[in-house]
Amino acid sequence: MIEDAKINDAIIAVLDLRVRYGEREVLHGINFDVRRYETLVILGGSGSGKSTLLRTLVGLEKPSAGEIWVKGKNIAQIPLGEMDEIRKKLGMSFQGGALFGSLTVGENVALPLREHTQLEDSTIQIIVRLKLEQVGLAGFEEYMPSQLSGGMKKRAAVARAMAMDPEILCFDEPSAGLDPIIAAGIDNLIVKLKKAFRMTIVVVTHELASAFLIADRMVLIDKGNIMAIGTPEELRASAHPRVRQFLDRVPEPEVTEELDYLQMLTEERPPRRS
Amino acid sequence: MAVTVRVGRATLSGLAYVGGLARLGGRAAYFTFIGPFRGRALRLERAVHQAMAVGVEALPILSLITFFIGVILALQGAYELRKFGALHYVSSAVAISMTRELGPLMTAIVVIGRSGSAFAAEIGTMKVTEEIDALQTMALDPIQFLVTPKFLAMFVMLPCLTTWADLMGILGGALFGVTNAGFTFTGYLRATLDALYLRDISSGLIKSIMFGMTITAVGCHEGFSVGAGAEEVGRSTTAAVVMSIFLVIAVDLVFTALFYFLSPK
Repeated sequence: MIEDAKINDAIIAVLDLRVRYGEREVLHGINFDVRRYETLVILGGSGSGKSTLLRTLVGLEKPSAGEIWVKGKNIAQIPLGEMDEIRKKLGMSFQGGALFGSLTVGENVALPLREHTQLEDSTIQIIVRLKLEQVGLAGFEEYMPSQLSGGMKKRAAVARAMAMDPEILCFDEPSAGLDPIIAAGIDNLIVKLKKAFRMTIVVVTHELASAFLIADRMVLIDKGNIMAIGTPEELRASAHPRVRQFLDRVPEPEVTEELDYLQMLTEERPPRRS
Repeated sequence: MAVTVRVGRATLSGLAYVGGLARLGGRAAYFTFIGPFRGRALRLERAVHQAMAVGVEALPILSLITFFIGVILALQGAYELRKFGALHYVSSAVAISMTRELGPLMTAIVVIGRSGSAFAAEIGTMKVTEEIDALQTMALDPIQFLVTPKFLAMFVMLPCLTTWADLMGILGGALFGVTNAGFTFTGYLRATLDALYLRDISSGLIKSIMFGMTITAVGCHEGFSVGAGAEEVGRSTTAAVVMSIFLVIAVDLVFTALFYFLSPK
């Protein structure tokens, strides 16, 4: 059993979470929680399972085992209707922005408001302008997403994620695919939002610099397991070899063992499924 | 042994595919007929927008194609009929084959090429760019948001397009009738009206509704089946067209047989 106090203090609590795609298990029993109003960075290399973790937290992937408590509800086992109620208070900014190409930027931000609230159109227009202004895109309401640069798309996506004044804001790889200056701009935006609004922010990234800039606490994930949890200072001071390897950016050794290498070349592969 | 295994697998996957289509259609029907009473607004505005793209914008190409089909039918019919000195039957030959079969079928083929493929490409691209995921995280059901308006648009527009196609085919036949079979224009139209029963037209329209549902289900289903990667969008678009043509013909066979055995002798 889980202590209720722990769940109430944490806005998200993840207990022994396992996720599999078909035969392959991607997350092997993850435990951590996200405290109210903190900024948690989930850090990990490519293929570590960090994006899958975030997708599971927002209900896009079904866990194969374990519990995810979001605001006191186990989203691994609630009906779709209740999940939708939680989702209305949960903003998600996708890696590529995921703006709807057939709608203008303003309509993109207005969409959740139009669908889920009874607000007057004039009120929605004001909220849209406000949200776009907050992400530094004032005056871009009438642009189509295809007319925006990569960084601007991400900002617009943040504005859309914030449209419903979410309690939890999630970012999937906010600085991926952006040049260092634009990426730093996005980092600053997250820091600014964190200061200006009382929101819980969850960021998935592999960028060390931006992770240390924005994080209150960090979770380091490697091959589907949690390697370390702690404040940026605690992680910097960690002596764990894999943590050090990741933070010091040491590449994987090319050939580990001669026998392993031999096995890699000669082992029987499972037949490919088409 | 291996053959039976393969046949079994193919059968199962075929049934699963049809099951997937039925599930999609069922969900769309839920959001059309039951959803509005449970506080989930029907998106008429989007449906009208889709109807423009599916129906109105298809009119020029559909008119041209079915007009030609009408002329071709008249020519082919006359080739045989003139041997018996029954050239004046060309009007009824054209009218019946247009309304009962070729009007709905040619409309379906044009709509598959224009819209079935577009549905698959639109939804597939949205899948690749995570827009479908974004809809879900905004607590918007992708089926309610994307698929239901398409079903509604097709449900209304396919019978309309088919009616228009019937008319254009008959006009095509009239071109031949007036120039080569000794009809006057009004005489040709009167002969057409005499030859047609209401059930000829209505059976064609019922089929066209079924074709519309099939095309929508296949196009959307193929779109949702896109995994990751832009090349899969191309694959799904092709699959949507091939599968739609096959299933439309299959549905056509079933309903034509049904009408044949149920119609008064």
